[in-house]
Amino acid sequence: MTVYSPPGSDGAVVSYESRYDHWIGGEYVPPAKGQYFSNPSPVTGQTFCEIARGTAEDVERALDAAHGAADAWGRTSAAERANILNKIADRMEANLEQLAVAEAWENGKAVRETLAADIPLAIDHFRYFAGVLRAQEGTLGEIDEDTVAYHFHEPLGVVAQIIPWNFPILMAVWKLAPALAAGNAVVLKPAEQTPASIHYWMSLVQDLLPPGVVNIVNGFGVEAGKPLASSNRVAKVAFTGETTTGRLIMQYASENIIPVTLELGGKSPNIFFDDVSSADDDFFDKALEGFAMFALNQGEVCTCPSRALIQQGHYADFLAAGVKRVENLKQGNPLDTDTQVGAQASNDQLEKILSYLDIGRQEGAKVLVGGARADLGGDLAGGYYVQPTIFEGSNSMRIFQEEIFGPVVSVTSFTDYADAIKLANDTLYGLGAGVWTRDATLAYRSGRAIKAGRVWTNCYHQYPAHAAFGGYKQSGIGRENHKMMLDHYQQTKNLLVSYSPKALGFF
Amino acid sequence: MGARVDVTPAAAELIRSLRGQHGPLMFHQSGGCCDGSAPMCYPDGEFRTGSSDVLLEQLHIDGVDEPVSFWMSTSQFEAWKHTHLTVDVVPGRGSGFSLEAPEGVRFLIRSRVLTPEELAALSS
Repeated sequence: MTVYSPPGSDGAVVSYESRYDHWIGGEYVPPAKGQYFSNPSPVTGQTFCEIARGTAEDVERALDAAHGAADAWGRTSAAERANILNKIADRMEANLEQLAVAEAWENGKAVRETLAADIPLAIDHFRYFAGVLRAQEGTLGEIDEDTVAYHFHEPLGVVAQIIPWNFPILMAVWKLAPALAAGNAVVLKPAEQTPASIHYWMSLVQDLLPPGVVNIVNGFGVEAGKPLASSNRVAKVAFTGETTTGRLIMQYASENIIPVTLELGGKSPNIFFDDVSSADDDFFDKALEGFAMFALNQGEVCTCPSRALIQQGHYADFLAAGVKRVENLKQGNPLDTDTQVGAQASNDQLEKILSYLDIGRQEGAKVLVGGARADLGGDLAGGYYVQPTIFEGSNSMRIFQEEIFGPVVSVTSFTDYADAIKLANDTLYGLGAGVWTRDATLAYRSGRAIKAGRVWTNCYHQYPAHAAFGGYKQSGIGRENHKMMLDHYQQTKNLLVSYSPKALGFF
Repeated sequence: MGARVDVTPAAAELIRSLRGQHGPLMFHQSGGCCDGSAPMCYPDGEFRTGSSDVLLEQLHIDGVDEPVSFWMSTSQFEAWKHTHLTVDVVPGRGSGFSLEAPEGVRFLIRSRVLTPEELAALSS
């Protein structure tokens, strides 16, 4: 067991600066209006740095820098860009522990997750896109003997990326790695809840990137995000967040006729068929872990398996085993490597989760474990902690229909395959889902029938770079991860070439 | 008292302040992850509503000349229609493009289940 010291304290492996300006054109630039806002750690509720409060003037300056850098960056060879991405990955790997502690301190998540998942996945993401970029080829089509259609990949130019607060570094990397690989320059706005860790990342890699290729403008959505998303100087907007802002971003994009990719969340079902409990073996244990996965990252995951659907035959026994598993989760100081459940990312997130614990009870759902704020005392008393919570209820309840984004799972039962699929699809969203069964045919049929972009089958919460991630229905548009993301950040240039000396004969 | 949506005194005070800074206002209730389930406050007309939205309430706020509209998508309303909503405000960082976030506060929805009498009155 290791308990890391808070960043900046005696014995800490990493320190934050006391203030972060905007990173524009390869240097730090103070905000045009001279304003800053405080950035608290959810671990303690105490402020640890201040952040530039960006406005439209700062966004314009960042767009100037990005446009100044985009052409040259877009002309670099694939080998050159891939080398840079690999060097970024190497630099991150050499500083993995520092990045992991910085991220845990800013977001409140357990450092065991940032050490084992967030940061290693981010590193691998850069390597993956370095790799697929090298292997990407255009195409040619022989239209006829003398006519050839060549298809080239070209970068979009300057793209806007708005990052969520639940995985501040990994979600930034999901957007940055393909955009940079494809030859785009980026203006990125981190979430105002978690604006600092991406600057620590930049401090590690800034010498590897030409000035202006990646620009970071901090600030609030309405003051910095909106001018960025509505700018007529960006070729694409990528956003992860919620439906109303997603619609607003689409609305702005329609004014500029540019594409968007949107990842807007879900209410992911996690289905446990009866045969899961047919033996008390490794697979049964794995399924119980899959049930408890709603607590990963304190439930602040767009694919949180927040609806557990358990078949009636083993319902009581499986649920009892699941409750026992969740009762044993260790909640505590996020910087303790033994801690499994840390803090929610912000006070308003904490309040929102508590409001759902309230309406869940009012609607008649039964609390099987948890159900309240957790007071961990000492330095952590001011932090934002919620007990891992299991509700038992019915799928029409609001706690079954809305992503609480906390360590809360809502459990109900189903009778048979048809009932399972009906319940699973009875949601506005379709981002993730889980299916657990020993019957491969049943697993396959279920996976194909569930209207969601990712169906984990006998696993959950794995995020390899080579698997496409994105939503059906109101969960969004487009995908992240996988080599197909290069296409999402590229134009198609067609050269239609005639090698014939003869006129067509029309005129 | 709104049949479907109310505001707390603290939220009303914030709405008055935002009205002074930004002009007429509207709300659209969000869904989904991150800051989903939060009511988003915009300058009136900033967010384009359409046939896929329901106007839940015209909020009458003391000191604000015009009503503040409160919208939700029709599909989301199907899942929320049995509950009454109260717009409150809590300290927070906010997100999305909601107007109050730079003030260091966040609008928050508190809910209660509508009584059978209230539901009957709403459907009549």
